[in-house]
Amino acid sequence: MNFFLEALAWIVDPAHLSGPDGIPVRVGEHLLYTVVAVALASVVAIPAGYAIGHTGKGRTIAVALTGGVRALPTVGLVFLLALLMGIGSTPPVIAFVVLAIPSVLAGAYAGFEAVDRTTIDAARAMGMTERQIVAQVEVPLGLPLLIGGIRSAMLQVVATATVAAVVGAGGLGTYIFRGLRSNDYVQMVAGSMLVIAVAIVLEIVFAIAQRLVVPAGVTAGRPSDSRAPASRTRTTNEPLQEGTQ
Amino acid sequence: MNWVWSNADFILDKTLVHLQLSSIAIVASLVLALPIGWAANRVAPLRGVVLTVAGLFYSVPSFALLVVLPTIVGYGLRSDTNLVVALTLYGLALMVRSVADGLASVEPDVRQSATAVGYSSWQRFWRVEVPLAGPVLLAGLRVVAVSTISLATVGGLIGINGLGLLFTDGLQRYILEEIAAGIVMTIVLALLVDAALVRLGRALMPWTRGPSRAERRQGALVGAAA
Repeated sequence: MNFFLEALAWIVDPAHLSGPDGIPVRVGEHLLYTVVAVALASVVAIPAGYAIGHTGKGRTIAVALTGGVRALPTVGLVFLLALLMGIGSTPPVIAFVVLAIPSVLAGAYAGFEAVDRTTIDAARAMGMTERQIVAQVEVPLGLPLLIGGIRSAMLQVVATATVAAVVGAGGLGTYIFRGLRSNDYVQMVAGSMLVIAVAIVLEIVFAIAQRLVVPAGVTAGRPSDSRAPASRTRTTNEPLQEGTQ
Repeated sequence: MNWVWSNADFILDKTLVHLQLSSIAIVASLVLALPIGWAANRVAPLRGVVLTVAGLFYSVPSFALLVVLPTIVGYGLRSDTNLVVALTLYGLALMVRSVADGLASVEPDVRQSATAVGYSSWQRFWRVEVPLAGPVLLAGLRVVAVSTISLATVGGLIGINGLGLLFTDGLQRYILEEIAAGIVMTIVLALLVDAALVRLGRALMPWTRGPSRAERRQGALVGAAA
């Protein structure tokens, strides 16, 4: 527990709160990586996910992609790109975008798929055009799942952005790896605690956002009793016809 | 490619260590998730708490956890135990939800029937609920296995043995092949373990697989004769 307290003291030390290596700057870099990578991933993945969700085509590829990237070790990808493209912030950002795409893609198409088919039929029967169905029915109803996808993409990038420091690209990992090289365990723990704090704050913010974007009409119509009914139909109220056959 | 051939023994050794450390974590997270998931499912108020804590825990970045854990538990930063404990906790965070969901998917009628024919709650859990929750458990375990194997490479950053060492070593010595070999072996290992789990699932839960080829052919013959 001693290291814990020392790390806390390290974090609140005024010397570490300002300047180009200060905590606010490093947190800013870390968040910038996250936001840029997830934004770039969204530009690609949201339209693609919507197209898959709306047409139902290409789903197999999307599922395989999502599963495949789970097996991909991101640390290796960041290092590989750093060797190929040189030191700097571009290789890590590319790696983070690759990492973020599957989650956002899955959120986008799962959001569309989760929309009840009868709702879409109803929209079509009311005379909505295909474009209106997408924009006014599928997008709002799929929003909570999309936000969920963006949320997990964010978390993955926040976790992995630590690695950017190894290839000299800043972020909160800077403290951890500097501490690692100089055997300064207090600094390592302090850096780690900051990363964990950033991740948990983001997680909470997104959990709230995910609740807020549920359209009012959906929550209003939710039945209060959601217990599953018994699976078999009850036949006991009809007397058994004995001896008639 | 030359580097790969001349260091094949080294790569193989790291792969086996990697497999060993991840397997311990995968099995441990399943074993620990069963009682926790069972309790979460049984005691209604506990369910929300357990699932929220698991979800929040899963958001803790892995590398940061590897650094912070030794301050709490008190073993070496670079020890294998550190990595195994961290991976187990992550696996557990994912697996608890699968166990809770899987057990909840067992029909209440089936549970009551099992009690009615005289199963004790222990027997009912192992012989009725776990087998019926099997497909959900397997799906969860496959996710845990693949992400654990990929996550275990993070250990290499602080010098824990495994395929992750190929990344740090390759970066320091500018050997592109070494990093590429690490990535390829991690993915291959993940796919092999995943395939093994699918086979194990088919062997343990024969009712989940469709009719075998022979049975289908027989069915077709019967259909043709009729």
